[in-house]
Amino acid sequence: MPANKSTRIALFIYGLFIIVFLYLPLVSVGFASISRARYLSFPIKQYSTKWYTTALESSTVKDLLLTSLSIAVIVTLISVVIAFFGALSFARYQWRYRTLFQKLILLPIFFPQTVLGLALLMWFNALGIIPSWKTAVVAHLVWIAPIATLIVAIRAYSFDPSLEEAARDMGADTGTILREITLPLLMPGLVSAGLFAFLLSWGNFPLSLFTTGADSTLPEWLYAKMVSGYSPLVPTLGIMSVVGSFMIIMIALAISWLLRANRESRAASN
Amino acid sequence: MERLDRKLGLLSSLPMIVILLIAFLAPVVVVALFSIMPPKVFSLANTPDFSSYSVFFSQGYYKSLLWSLGMAFASTVILLVICWPLAYGMAKVFGRFTLVLTIAIVMSLFVSENIRLFGWVLTLMKGGLIEGHLRTWTGMSFDSPLYGVPVIVFGLVYVYLPFMLFPLAQGIAMVPDDARQAAADLGATRWQVFTQIDIPLAAPGIVVGSLLSFVLAAGAVAESKILGGQAVIAIADDVETAFTFGQNWPLGSALSMILICIIGGLALFGVSRIDLDAIMGRKR
Repeated sequence: MPANKSTRIALFIYGLFIIVFLYLPLVSVGFASISRARYLSFPIKQYSTKWYTTALESSTVKDLLLTSLSIAVIVTLISVVIAFFGALSFARYQWRYRTLFQKLILLPIFFPQTVLGLALLMWFNALGIIPSWKTAVVAHLVWIAPIATLIVAIRAYSFDPSLEEAARDMGADTGTILREITLPLLMPGLVSAGLFAFLLSWGNFPLSLFTTGADSTLPEWLYAKMVSGYSPLVPTLGIMSVVGSFMIIMIALAISWLLRANRESRAASN
Repeated sequence: MERLDRKLGLLSSLPMIVILLIAFLAPVVVVALFSIMPPKVFSLANTPDFSSYSVFFSQGYYKSLLWSLGMAFASTVILLVICWPLAYGMAKVFGRFTLVLTIAIVMSLFVSENIRLFGWVLTLMKGGLIEGHLRTWTGMSFDSPLYGVPVIVFGLVYVYLPFMLFPLAQGIAMVPDDARQAAADLGATRWQVFTQIDIPLAAPGIVVGSLLSFVLAAGAVAESKILGGQAVIAIADDVETAFTFGQNWPLGSALSMILICIIGGLALFGVSRIDLDAIMGRKR
């Protein structure tokens, strides 16, 4: 029952409307970030980039960016490793507790993040660990590693296990198979899982709030300023963070596009 | 082969299981233990009593819980209605536009929730993007819709839209076109096709989407704080306050446990009913 033309057009417009709906608040933040006035009101009378200069020169901002970046990079690296093995257990190997494992992984994703952050704070306290950005890495992992696993698992579902079996029949041991067969096949999944892990960690607020101790990440700082007195740097840093994420996505998309084009041209010349 | 599979399956699940044991299960156990401690203690070496749970009823914390659950329910129902046409379009109609939509929606997810909600404050406030321009251009004005229950529900709908949309689209993609065509050929009306073919066959997607958005919305804090100006207090906000300003860990833990039990119960009920292999696209 293919949809008729007017339904198609209506749905298409609806889709565009949803995109506008999703990005409208960012448009407001964008305008606010280039407003000259200390106290914002629309329509903006004078534009200026002075808040960007202020932000780039501030040492607080450098610390915030460094903390957020360190957490995100470490979380990404560990998540990808966990997700590689986790996805094989999730989708590929037929073992006894597989369905249980699948369901266990979903629990942290459903769990309210604020409560998880507080629970971890109490747990670190009971263990005598003083929270810092390193404990925030652990907190992020609990939520991000399962998501990364799901992303790699989608890829793992679609590959043919007979490729591994063939390698085994020819005498390859498990390590060789993982390195030579499984890893290259899962690579696209691992790359997108890494991308997700980085960006989700970069933007995460509720888990960081209670687990970073004296350190502070960018989203935490933004939140603190939002609830306790406005700072004109809030929209500026918000936009810088958003632009940073989007640039990473664009670079990743460009690289994957180049790789594909390269492979296709090589295949064509053969 | 089978024996090897079993061994490898267990082995490669270990890193994940270790993380979940030491950083998920153990903290939840600590919360459970703290929740039965006497008020305002900071160690577990006390005689347990259940006073924190009685405070839940006597001091009106159940109201926050009801608000949170009510707003989560309202936002889930609204999301189902507004996401269905779009999910249908993504699964059956759009073709290439689906990819554009998917990328646009996923990218919005990477922007910190704070920044996006803050953006709505700038958009909706008096002198904000909408009201400010409206007043300058037409002279009309309206009161800011911020700081109330409806705008909190609006915020929940906004933030959790992708969590409803993607599972729903996945569910609708599982409805075979042949079944819809056959029903139509046999004289079913559009409404009958919708209620008797689409909904039952897309049920796994509906369940996952509703569950995700309800559960996430029930534990949300930022919407009521940033948009709602604390017109009502969300239960997760009470938890936070008990830990920070209240310095009452047992109370915070008891409130957390109540939230965990409701959310955990729903989540377990939901995930036990769906076949993950089928939803995530097993080819075998």
